[in-house]
Amino acid sequence: MNAAHIQLDRQGRLLHFLTVEGLSRRHLIEILDTAESLHGVAERRVKKLPTLHGKTVVNLFFEVSTRTRTTFELAAKRLSADVLTLNIATSSAVKGESLLDTLRNIEAMQCDMFVVRHQQSGAAEFIARHVKPHIAVLNAGDGRHAHPTQALLDVFTIRRHKPDFPSLQVAIVGDILHSRVARSLIHALNILGVADLRVVAPRTLLPARVETLGVRVCHELNQGLRDADVVVMLRLQRERMEGALLPSEQEFFQRYGLTEERLASAKSDAIVMHPGPINRGVEIDSRVADGPRSVILEQVTNGIAVRMAIMSITLGNHARPVGEGS
Amino acid sequence: MRIAIRHGRLIDPAHQVDATIDLFVAEGRIAGVGQPPAGFTADRDIDARDRVVCPGLIDLCARLREPGQEHKATIASETAAAAAAGITTLLCPPDTDPAIDEPAVVELIRRRAEAAGQARVLTLGALTHRLRGERLAEMAALQEAGCVGVGDGGRPVASTRVLRRALEYAATFGLTVFLTPLDPALGHGNAHEGQVATRMGLAGIPAAAETGVIARDLELIRDLGVRVHFGRLSCARSVELVARAQAEGLRVTADVAVHQLHLTEIDLAGFDSQCHVLPPLRGLRDRDALRAGLANGVLGALCSDHQPHEPDAKQAPFGDTEPGISGLDTLLALSLRLAADELLPLSASIERLTWGPARILGLESGHLGVGAPADICIFDPEADWRVEPDRLRSRGRNSPFLGWELSGRVTHTLLEGRVIHEA
Repeated sequence: MNAAHIQLDRQGRLLHFLTVEGLSRRHLIEILDTAESLHGVAERRVKKLPTLHGKTVVNLFFEVSTRTRTTFELAAKRLSADVLTLNIATSSAVKGESLLDTLRNIEAMQCDMFVVRHQQSGAAEFIARHVKPHIAVLNAGDGRHAHPTQALLDVFTIRRHKPDFPSLQVAIVGDILHSRVARSLIHALNILGVADLRVVAPRTLLPARVETLGVRVCHELNQGLRDADVVVMLRLQRERMEGALLPSEQEFFQRYGLTEERLASAKSDAIVMHPGPINRGVEIDSRVADGPRSVILEQVTNGIAVRMAIMSITLGNHARPVGEGS
Repeated sequence: MRIAIRHGRLIDPAHQVDATIDLFVAEGRIAGVGQPPAGFTADRDIDARDRVVCPGLIDLCARLREPGQEHKATIASETAAAAAAGITTLLCPPDTDPAIDEPAVVELIRRRAEAAGQARVLTLGALTHRLRGERLAEMAALQEAGCVGVGDGGRPVASTRVLRRALEYAATFGLTVFLTPLDPALGHGNAHEGQVATRMGLAGIPAAAETGVIARDLELIRDLGVRVHFGRLSCARSVELVARAQAEGLRVTADVAVHQLHLTEIDLAGFDSQCHVLPPLRGLRDRDALRAGLANGVLGALCSDHQPHEPDAKQAPFGDTEPGISGLDTLLALSLRLAADELLPLSASIERLTWGPARILGLESGHLGVGAPADICIFDPEADWRVEPDRLRSRGRNSPFLGWELSGRVTHTLLEGRVIHEA
């Protein structure tokens, strides 16, 4: 019972996209190359491809989101799919309907793909285990576990600037403990074989034995940023102060906030990334967020192409008759 | 009814017996071992050839879900399942709904259990009113109503002040206090804090949530001289702490749930909600230390930590599911597997299911000496079976052991000389 298996068919093709863990370099490159070929679509006068014409994509958002939901919607529409977005955080789940009941009801509306965001780790995998076999499930974030499309758009963005992964030094800074973005990105960068991957945070924001994910731990930002090619800043939630994980936003910013001075420790051509939404003055200074090294808005744009790629690959694999080889 | 159980391999750890010996039962008690009493004529002969005959199992922690959660299981359904599993005595913790914090609830459970006529049900009274950890429960009244001890019912008392007074008050009446050590402030997660939880993004429960509480409690116990039983230990370090306290002469005992000896955090892979338990499945090192603690007797009892659920309780993303395993059906076979794997001798494995828990509870059963209540389990140690939902007698089919091949099937269960199960 392993997530790497349930999202792949017998030939090792992606049926769902639930987690980066367990995927091969080949899977990631296929997604990145497909995304690259789709990236130009947005520049055209007619921004649509017929790939998913006649298919229905349902966005199932059990947790509030604007950016991820919107880019998934746009991605589906640019592939000519019909899109339905359900914000379940504010509807039936509250009335006591179980997740399985919600699922069965939406399934009955004959859809082809679920895009799921849920506050519980493992939710997307749970749904993938219980949907009818013709439905593809994409994980748009489950608890602290995984946010694989974000990781792919991050590595897509990195590749456009710095294509040689084995030579890269990458620093991920901030709240690793609660971050599904960090977990998925760590897996993706390790699969692509980066030279050095560090996480930078105080111990309260690092999960137990984080080094077993394949990262080096730094508690000091300047040291963590030294000679980095890529700096990924994570969002810090306000609740962390109440949970006694940090004393104050001010102290966090002083120690771990990314400023222009601190960024000088990184390579001179280092890029700065952030999954958004950013907290200016908490994890990142405005001058860096809006500065020349920032690729934060590019990440948003790239998110559409990457999600289009993942949608067409997974639904394409579903469309093939059972037993047909690749 | 007078019964002769012939040709069986009698394992009675209390008397260091392990041999082919006949057993004779009359008037609900053991009337003879090896030799029948004078003038004994059997109304019934049970041929126990190739079978093991041992005391009926005593399970120190079984949720029967009644009163309050009858949609999960009932006293009738679970005592029948217990009988089929060779269990003759079940200890029901006080976290029923309403909690066992007044004599009426004790009485209700006793009446339902008597009506069911299957395994014997003993109750633990609540340590605090409604198990809220604020005011003391009426422990003396609960004792009078029949409770064999008092406990926190899986909801540890957060306040050291309340706990200290509750221990003192319980000790006044000679009550053993049953505690489940887990610091509520550290126990919010749903998996062992470690490599697996980190990878899966599950909120972790550190080992210190258990060991810190045990260390504190042991200091209180030392101070007050009370008798305490720690239930469902999960950490290597907990075994060390209890062993040291026992060596110092503190009146402390402990048990472990049998699933902790077979599963670890690694079994959570795929977010398997059947492995969602509290305390959580921990690391390999913890599992091995628990096994060693059971073998050397620091852990004096092996229990099922039975928690039957309706299917829906486990059909959700991991963190939204209810913790617990339906364990009555597999208790004996999983315990025998420890012996088969040579982690401890068969007689020791049976001791931790019978005489061990009987001593913790201060019962007169748990052994097969002449005059003891004829609570007897007869099983075929070689009978292989596959754990499948339809084979579970408990109403709860929630088991991580579904699909496992186990050995050991109960053929007869006797409660006070009455055959309550026969396969």
